[in-house]
Amino acid sequence: MKVLIPSPLFSYTAGKSAVDAYGATLSAVLADLERQFAGIRFRIVDEQERMRPHMRFFINGEQTFDLRQPLHPTDSIQIVQALSGG
Amino acid sequence: MAVKKKKPTALKRKRPAAARAQKSNQPVLVMVATRKGAWFLRSDAARKNWRIEGPHFLGNIINHVVLDPRDGKTLLAAASTGHLGPTLFRSTNGGRTWKEASKPPAFAKAPEGEKGRSVNHTFWLVPCHANEPNAWYAGTSPQGLFRSDDGGDTWHGVSGLNDNLEYRKYMGSEQDGTPDGPKMHSVIVDPRDPKHLYFGMSSGGVHESLDGGKTWSPLVNGMEVVEGFDASNIMFHDPHCVRMCPSNPDRLYQQNHCGIYRLDRPGTQWERVGNNMPKAVGDVGFPMVVHPRDEDTAWVFPMDGQTVWPRTSPNGRPSTYVTKDAGMTWQRLDAGMPREQAWWTVKRQAMTSDAKDPVGLYFGTTSGELWASRDEGKKWSCIARHLPEIYAVEAAVALER
Repeated sequence: MKVLIPSPLFSYTAGKSAVDAYGATLSAVLADLERQFAGIRFRIVDEQERMRPHMRFFINGEQTFDLRQPLHPTDSIQIVQALSGG
Repeated sequence: MAVKKKKPTALKRKRPAAARAQKSNQPVLVMVATRKGAWFLRSDAARKNWRIEGPHFLGNIINHVVLDPRDGKTLLAAASTGHLGPTLFRSTNGGRTWKEASKPPAFAKAPEGEKGRSVNHTFWLVPCHANEPNAWYAGTSPQGLFRSDDGGDTWHGVSGLNDNLEYRKYMGSEQDGTPDGPKMHSVIVDPRDPKHLYFGMSSGGVHESLDGGKTWSPLVNGMEVVEGFDASNIMFHDPHCVRMCPSNPDRLYQQNHCGIYRLDRPGTQWERVGNNMPKAVGDVGFPMVVHPRDEDTAWVFPMDGQTVWPRTSPNGRPSTYVTKDAGMTWQRLDAGMPREQAWWTVKRQAMTSDAKDPVGLYFGTTSGELWASRDEGKKWSCIARHLPEIYAVEAAVALER
């Protein structure tokens, strides 16, 4: 499935703003992203499996806070950095 | 007046051979970590002219950049952004190229149903003992101690500290720390014994281990806390910066939220030598710098600690202060600095020395200016301005380029 990547993580994806990743849950997709782009997962999710405070996930345009959320092969995932502050 | 030195009885460690001064023809590298990236400044041999390089990691919060003195070319940089999780970058060629650590410091996953801690950022980096090449310690926010044995590529928690429930009480909550998070800092390795360690926590006191971090004990006797709080509660102690004298590892100096202290081991009672500072200036501040070859000489950068704690230069007149008698007396050293209306803040990692003779001193302000002295503080000049908020300044022998 297609995963949109925010610009602060382009250093992991060689500048790509969209990549393909697979998994039955959001957590599994993140594991696949980590397999492809080592180091990317820890920038998004902490060691307690919590989303980092300014990282947000949208599945088919709907925001989710549950990494266990089941996914379908046709889903599209958007990872967003909610930029704030100076 | 000379201070009478106590002979060690309990630790019985020999003093190291006196450190040699850095050669006069060697240039100095100053590494500046800021809220928006890192910059390096290289001097000529006389330290008169400086060339700035950077930015490295533009846009990243860089809390600390440290060069490994054991090989003179490995650099570690503690990085995060305001939004992404923390990481570390490593260079093995003096900063020409960088590679991200494959396993940055992270706490252990908590059992299901328990709220585990997560590393917000790595705050303090220090190479381990000279006989432990490639080994490093890292202090984090919230307070955690981590070790790498492969040059900073992979890190594991020091369980004797991170999993110690008594110490979790000392660490308090995230609300008990500094505004940008409680800190583990001042991780110190005794050059005579790799298993003899110290660290400081803001908040949470100063602590010592004699067994490589398996067990720890507080070292806070004599340290004061904010009026109205109970000094017997370790959590209330707020050391800002602790330094060990390279020429005498039995001597520690400390800049605390509540004063300047000295401790001569094996004694366990800190002495508030900041009481000898001018009353109009006080003894509040963040950094503490010790002379590389003279245990009686140390420098501080006082901040205003009155009423609402502005923590800017008292009366808008910045100055370093030096003691040359182990804290018995202090002298103002402000030649070259603004005489008025300069409301500087210098953070705990943002002042350091080189190893040359005479010693060079360097400090960076939160307003982005880097100041240097090549005569132990007698005269100062600004060597860089318009940088982002400066978090840390380190000096080392510059590599040939």
